[in-house]
Amino acid sequence: MVQVRVYLYATLRAFNAAAGGDTGAEMEVPDGTSIADLYGLLGIPEGHVKQAFVNGRRQDPDYVLRDGDRVGVFPPIGGG
Amino acid sequence: MKFLRVKMDELKVYTEEVPEKYQKLAGRALTSRLICDEVPATCHPLGPKAKLFIAPGAVTGTSAPSSARVSVGGKSPLTWGIKEANAGTPVAQYLARLGIKALIIEGETKDGYWTLKVSKDAAKLEPAGDLVGKGLYEAYHALKERYPGAGFIACGPAAERKLSMSGVCFSDTDGRPSRYSGRGGLGAVMAAKGIKFIVVDPAWTSPVVAENRELFKTGQAKLADAILTHPLSKPGGTLNTYGTAALINALNEAGGLPTRNFRTGRFEGAAKISGERMAEVVKERGGAGMMGQGCHPGCTIKCSNVYPKPDGTELVSCIEYESDWALGANCGIDDLDAIAEMVWHCNDLGIDTIEAGVTIGVAMEAGLLQFGDAAGALALFEEIRKGSALGHILGQGAAFTGRAFGVVRVPTVKGQGMPAYEPRAVKGIGITYITSPMGADHTAGYTTAPEILSVGGKADPLSNEGKADLSKAFQDTTAFIDMTGYCLFIAFPILDIASGFEGMVETVNAVLGTNFTGADVAKFGGEIMSWERGFNRAAGMTSAHDRPPEFMRYEPLPPHNTVWDVPDEELDKIAGN
Repeated sequence: MVQVRVYLYATLRAFNAAAGGDTGAEMEVPDGTSIADLYGLLGIPEGHVKQAFVNGRRQDPDYVLRDGDRVGVFPPIGGG
Repeated sequence: MKFLRVKMDELKVYTEEVPEKYQKLAGRALTSRLICDEVPATCHPLGPKAKLFIAPGAVTGTSAPSSARVSVGGKSPLTWGIKEANAGTPVAQYLARLGIKALIIEGETKDGYWTLKVSKDAAKLEPAGDLVGKGLYEAYHALKERYPGAGFIACGPAAERKLSMSGVCFSDTDGRPSRYSGRGGLGAVMAAKGIKFIVVDPAWTSPVVAENRELFKTGQAKLADAILTHPLSKPGGTLNTYGTAALINALNEAGGLPTRNFRTGRFEGAAKISGERMAEVVKERGGAGMMGQGCHPGCTIKCSNVYPKPDGTELVSCIEYESDWALGANCGIDDLDAIAEMVWHCNDLGIDTIEAGVTIGVAMEAGLLQFGDAAGALALFEEIRKGSALGHILGQGAAFTGRAFGVVRVPTVKGQGMPAYEPRAVKGIGITYITSPMGADHTAGYTTAPEILSVGGKADPLSNEGKADLSKAFQDTTAFIDMTGYCLFIAFPILDIASGFEGMVETVNAVLGTNFTGADVAKFGGEIMSWERGFNRAAGMTSAHDRPPEFMRYEPLPPHNTVWDVPDEELDKIAGN
């Protein structure tokens, strides 16, 4: 198992109260869990996620989570 | 369409036919061309030879969606180079409906401050009287009572003191002093001319109708469809729901949110000042608070907001991402109420929220107050308000303040404070800051879209590869969009949806009678930029001005611990120096 801290932002917060809070959620997931798998565990339906940052770097959905990762998940976001 | 030329040395207003060479220009293209043609590049920005130009965009005033932008141009007292700053406001539409292609304000008067009143078939000057010296909330309240139905343009008390962080203020849909051509000190230029207020009365005017109605209709439908379907700009999309401050968490995750005067790229208080939190506060407090406010009639994106006090009454409109960041994370302040109060002071004094926040960050760096000291930061606005010596130093901006206090870590380019994206963590936007003829300006070439937001493709924010070309392409295209009168946020949908891009071009052609193709957009934008760079060169700027603040080259920025390492030659490729 690996420990990760997950933050859901904007409209995604509604899908998971714990990870959608300001401090995110500490999660224990099986070895080999990808970002795409994580969306399933968090109960986020397909088509809602635009991208995820892991430790400050944008990663593809097939990225395999490692112990201690900080994962920020976003719907489409804009501003300026 | 006509030019209104206001000669302040004569206190007279002249109506002029638009010369042919300007007929197919508008917005930024027009203000920048006029600056090059009429303003001596080496003049003092606050002297008698300087001029101020105000021009609505090409399609502004028509029924094109999200198109009420107005450009203000002049020589900047902050950068001493060319400046265009644009705002979204109903006043832009009023100017276009009145057939005003550009307002040109020139000369100067020593005979106090004046109000310019513009209405259908009339334009005249009268003494500004009792509203001189007042905060803009009080002034706009009085103007609303005196001129119901009109829109207002003003410079604030900070401009009366000729402070370089003063902006040109436009009224919003409810007559608030909240829509700013904020950057570069153009408010001080307006004050130096002797114009305090411009009252723009749209009575008895009609929306602008395109010359080629069929083409306009086709283009309008394509663009409207793109805006209404793209997940960023559609109703209920993130801009509409959380405002532009939805970016706080995004930049924080990416490690590119400048914190405590650009010391780090992450702020531990980000969640407390995020767009998400703002939307919660608005919902909890109710009353006057709202997200999804439009800055002008005809906008479907509606990214503005009204932030309420704890009792639900209005505190301020609006808290943009840039303001939120500048007065928040950049100062180590995680209190949205305090940030809202500071934005109110900026609106009331008539100053640019970005320059104000960057300047306070530098003052904190200098030890005048501690990072995170919201009460101390609010007290600095009082110094500006009362015009103390400290207020005058701060009011001249971050670069001036840094010099006054011997600060090395001063995040400016060409004397203008950097906005809310860390160049060391988002390299493309850094290149834009450094090479834009406007000084550090995120709107000049928003490579953040592909670098952070994955809009218009994807680019690694930490990589230098291809970034000079990316920034140049964005800067050129943006110069064109700044001519159209469309809000820059149409860039999100049209970067992803090709038919939306076509629609933008078609509506412009339909109104201006031009034949721009899609490929011409960046090409003509590049031409506008070459005029602007030409002015800066004539004003004395060289490649030495297209350089980052030195500390960014040797101070690694956490969390990625990267430095600014884009070779100078790459920067020079953009301007062709």
